[in-house]
Amino acid sequence: MSSAITCEDVRVSYGDLQVLRGVSFDIPAGQGVVLLGANGCGKSTLMRSLNGLEKLQSGRIRIHGDSLADASRVDLRRIRRCMGYVFQQFNLVPQLSAFQNVLLGAMGRHRLGLLSCLGLTASTEERARAMACLERVGMADRAQHRPSQLSGGQQQRVAIARMLMQAPKVVIADEPIASLDPKAGREVLDLLWRIVREEGLSMLCTLHQLDLAREYADRIIGMKAGRVEIDAAIADIDPLHLNTLYVGMTRVDAQPQEDAA
Amino acid sequence: MSESSRIPPRFRAPSALAWVLVVGFAAFFIQGLIASEISLDRLVRGASNLVRFIGQAVPPDFSRAPNIADAMLETLNIAIVGVTFGCLFSIPLALLSARNTAPNAVVRVLARFVISVSRTIPDLIWALIFVVTVGLGPLAGILAIIMDTIGFAARFYSERFEEVQKGPSEALTSTGAGRLSVIFGAILPESFASMTATSLFSVEKAIRSAVTLGLVGAGGIGVELSTAMRLFRYDQAAAIILVILVVVIVFEQISSSIRKRII
Repeated sequence: MSSAITCEDVRVSYGDLQVLRGVSFDIPAGQGVVLLGANGCGKSTLMRSLNGLEKLQSGRIRIHGDSLADASRVDLRRIRRCMGYVFQQFNLVPQLSAFQNVLLGAMGRHRLGLLSCLGLTASTEERARAMACLERVGMADRAQHRPSQLSGGQQQRVAIARMLMQAPKVVIADEPIASLDPKAGREVLDLLWRIVREEGLSMLCTLHQLDLAREYADRIIGMKAGRVEIDAAIADIDPLHLNTLYVGMTRVDAQPQEDAA
Repeated sequence: MSESSRIPPRFRAPSALAWVLVVGFAAFFIQGLIASEISLDRLVRGASNLVRFIGQAVPPDFSRAPNIADAMLETLNIAIVGVTFGCLFSIPLALLSARNTAPNAVVRVLARFVISVSRTIPDLIWALIFVVTVGLGPLAGILAIIMDTIGFAARFYSERFEEVQKGPSEALTSTGAGRLSVIFGAILPESFASMTATSLFSVEKAIRSAVTLGLVGAGGIGVELSTAMRLFRYDQAAAIILVILVVVIVFEQISSSIRKRII
């Protein structure tokens, strides 16, 4: 089986602060991985690095074999195109309708970019596709609504539809349900994993709920203070071991003295 | 411990720089008062002149109403045409000068420079420059309004672009969209309401300055006004001023009611 995401000794720092301190793992195509870790342990930096939004200090990230580090701007866009990103804050354009937001997901696929994705100018096929994506996340009846008229869970559904519209091979979900209430969060997570499984996508998803992680994931990667601490298939995970991720020096900016005190 | 928990003093002596600024300002102010030779005598004479002016201006003489209407129309033409081009040119300039949309630092500094030059030179000076270069008439007025609008609108547009939340643009970037697509897909839609409000302000501003541009020969109702004043036809001047007042107020009302609706 080929690799979807490969990290080899990835290091990232902000000034003097070393955030990722040699992260390595390999996610085969079609695997669903949950990334766990306390706040400030470097999860988000890792997620952003995977999308080429952060510059690596050293190490290498490959997405389906393409290295991010030596990618030109055109290459980077091609790599990003096959990688869907689901954000904690949904990140829909607030002034545009749900339908238009979904259409924008197709921008990377077209040479003309935006021109092929405006409600006014998009081709009939793309418009039908966008509507199908909205139907799939159960938001077809809200196509004309603006994000502000939708609940958080509904906004995240629209964001998932936008990701679907992009037709990615890999999905990165950065705390997709952290700003939702438990019920809505559960529904969104159900939807997200169902779509990932149905489409046979690979996914790396950060979560804060250990029980949800164990329920959905094939495999769990646990990070602590910028390093991979746990990396095991779901069957081999010891729940008590997971708790150690949240104890002691978890943050990348923690001082040793603090820990001793 | 006692060292750090002392109550702060009631008064702290201002810094040396503050002293220099205050004394410098006071000196400049007093020198200004002396230089402009303000005296009670002059103020009294001025007041009686004002009464004479008003006496001659009332009742306003509307006999030249058709000419005034023509000139007013020309003023509005100058304002609308100038402000439209000004706002259109402002968008690319603002994109080039905003930190998050500029292609690189050199272009950004250059665009900022263009914008601040068009802002720092007042509209009347622009009008003088264009009267010299393209001749008397409305074209000089239009060009002056364009420059004046760019200085104002491009600056506010670019400030708005810089305030746009990062999330949506990042989301579009992460789909592999190009830079321009991200700008037109996320940044412009997010700024649209604020840009409309700024543009409406520009229209109000343009109408007010288009009125005065005629004073230096750049077309519009200002030409009529300065002629009336120079011929001491204060009653005609009063009619013109009344027309200006009404038109400016009407436009401000329209534009503020539109602004209320979009924000």
